[in-house]
Amino acid sequence: MLDFVLFGIFPYVAIILAFAVGIYRYFNDRISYSSFSSQFLEKNTLFWGSVPWHYGILAILLAHLLALIFPSAWMIVPDHLYVLEVSGLALALFTLVGLGFLLLRRLDNARVFRVTSVMDWILVATLLVQVDMGFMVALFYRWGSQWYLYTAVPYLVSLLSFDPQIQYIVTLPWLVKLHIIGGFVIIALFPFTRLMHLVTFPFSYLWRPYQVVIWNRSRQSKRSK
Amino acid sequence: MDIRAQVSMVFHLDKCIGCHTCSVACKNIWTDRKGTEYMWWNNVETKPGTGYPTLWQDQDKYKGGWEKKEDKLSLKLQGRIGALANIFFNPSLPTIDDYYEPWTYRYEELFNAPPGDDQPTARPVSLITSRPIDIEAGPNWDDDLGGSQLYAKNDPVLKNSTEEERHLLNEVERNVFFYLPRICNHCLNPGCVAACPAGAVNPGAMYKRGEDGIVLISPEKCRAWRMCVSGCPYKKVYYNWATGKSEKCILCYPRLESGHAPACFHVCVGRVRFLGILLYDADRIQETASVNDTDLVEAQRAIIQDPFDFQVIAAAKANGISDAMIDSAQKSPVYKFVKQWKIALPLSPQFRTLPMLFYVPPLLPVLATMKNGHYEVAGAGEKGMIPLLTSLEQARIPLSYMAGLFAAGNKKIVEEVYRKLIAVRIYMRAKSVMDIPASEVQQALVSGGTTEEEALAIFQLTSRSTFEEHFVIPPLAREMNIETTVDPDTHKQDAGFGFRKIIKRRG
Repeated sequence: MLDFVLFGIFPYVAIILAFAVGIYRYFNDRISYSSFSSQFLEKNTLFWGSVPWHYGILAILLAHLLALIFPSAWMIVPDHLYVLEVSGLALALFTLVGLGFLLLRRLDNARVFRVTSVMDWILVATLLVQVDMGFMVALFYRWGSQWYLYTAVPYLVSLLSFDPQIQYIVTLPWLVKLHIIGGFVIIALFPFTRLMHLVTFPFSYLWRPYQVVIWNRSRQSKRSK
Repeated sequence: MDIRAQVSMVFHLDKCIGCHTCSVACKNIWTDRKGTEYMWWNNVETKPGTGYPTLWQDQDKYKGGWEKKEDKLSLKLQGRIGALANIFFNPSLPTIDDYYEPWTYRYEELFNAPPGDDQPTARPVSLITSRPIDIEAGPNWDDDLGGSQLYAKNDPVLKNSTEEERHLLNEVERNVFFYLPRICNHCLNPGCVAACPAGAVNPGAMYKRGEDGIVLISPEKCRAWRMCVSGCPYKKVYYNWATGKSEKCILCYPRLESGHAPACFHVCVGRVRFLGILLYDADRIQETASVNDTDLVEAQRAIIQDPFDFQVIAAAKANGISDAMIDSAQKSPVYKFVKQWKIALPLSPQFRTLPMLFYVPPLLPVLATMKNGHYEVAGAGEKGMIPLLTSLEQARIPLSYMAGLFAAGNKKIVEEVYRKLIAVRIYMRAKSVMDIPASEVQQALVSGGTTEEEALAIFQLTSRSTFEEHFVIPPLAREMNIETTVDPDTHKQDAGFGFRKIIKRRG
């Protein structure tokens, strides 16, 4: 029963919460959307934190996602498996180091400490636990890149098709199960934290014109007048 | 021809006394909030000096503005992919230490101190951390060179001058400076707008207002990617560390829209500031910003259109610019200074953002040295009169410095400006003191490329003009703009006093 609540119901609650509150915040409190960069207050340590963290976690998330979308491409010969597992571990370590720097910086630098909200602390703690668990799963339950395809992938697919099949994962070790719950906790945290900056990543900068001119009156109506 | 209107400005540096009244007026209205303490949308710098933030003109350090690479303009900061790659860490971003850490004093300690032998003191505490700090810098820390030779010596603009000129400038008895008030230039080709990546769906966190050319930030769209701070070569976009939004000079647009001069203009004690509309051809922005360094000033003059030319007027009307706006452009004092008389120059045009704030450079004091125990003006005649005509050659601040500051190194342009300013001075002295022979006056007018009428007009507008002649406030007709989008009556109920949103920090 508890398993069903945690893996059959909670994911939906988390996703609905993320969308509903996120959209509500977008329309009612858009001004609060920000990445809240603190680089202006401290620059040197941030480099060793922000860069490995962001690039590391992006690569890791991408690996999780790609395995979900193209599971067949992920089934590889054992020789390559070593490479995959080692690079996964290395990435997790890279990300952890970055996150460690970010956390220490927030604790150590008085200026940055000052601009850290309660939700920031909750978020960074959750992320730390989650990435740590991911690292330990990779370390202690080897060949995760393979068993992921036969446990988590069908489970996530069943979630996406609104027919949660929790039997794929309930027998997994508790560490792995906690890692899955952690993922949904982070999704639920999205609209309540600065994580919202992720959904506003400015891809359109790649093609938009450099200069932006905004008219208070539409130019067409002005021209015709 | 795509004619647009631009609210533009002229600052007459000969009249600036460096009193900082402008800065204080601005601070009281706009930046007296948490996170904005260090922001000086208007600041007054001592030049030669390092400025605010320190060494802002050094683009090897801050990477602001545009770069010309084989006739193509690109941001000095980074390309488009670079912007997204550097979004987690912007290597060229200044930190608060390049400005100063804002502070206050524990004034209550003056009253609460227990009785003792020592005077109680109010300790300075940081406005960021609330902890006691040692003050290492502050607003106008280098005001009047701050008692140090270092500020003038480290001025990035001095790289245009020769070793000897720099040496002369640093000799104590020749030490000289002038003031440079700075606000946002509301550029035609702004680097900040181009550098701002924000807007996953619709860009415009930073934008230029079409009707009047004021460059603004929308806090609803700003996501603190902070590229604007780097992109602006003048460092006139500031990052609010408390709200995670960038802020900048808004040219007091709420005041302009209701017919008032911006606060810093209104309060100016020396009546340094002029404001008016310029009409320009928006189709030529890229071409103008891409010319060679030495041609930049001329190109910028050329993009500004004659508001009396009937073709320009027709094109402006076709673009929806109202008759009242065209009338305002015809009366603009900025047009006279910049285009008609050609004595106002843009600040550091080599950044290629086409700044729309122009400066009349200060008349240079002549060189004087101590000789035989008394102060002697170089080149003074038998009567001891100041050498008016040769004051350019005998200037204490080298012309190369002024050329570096206002003409991207083009000495000829700056010299022309100075010849005309000197001619006006000689002409008016001859008129009022009557101690200069007519032949010398004529000689000065010819070398200044000006006439008696023009010299008189320059004098009149510079020294004798009224408030209305200083500030020709454009009819922005915001109320009419509103009519096209919402019912004015509804808008009236929405605007004014009512609920105001405070930026809440939500993680």
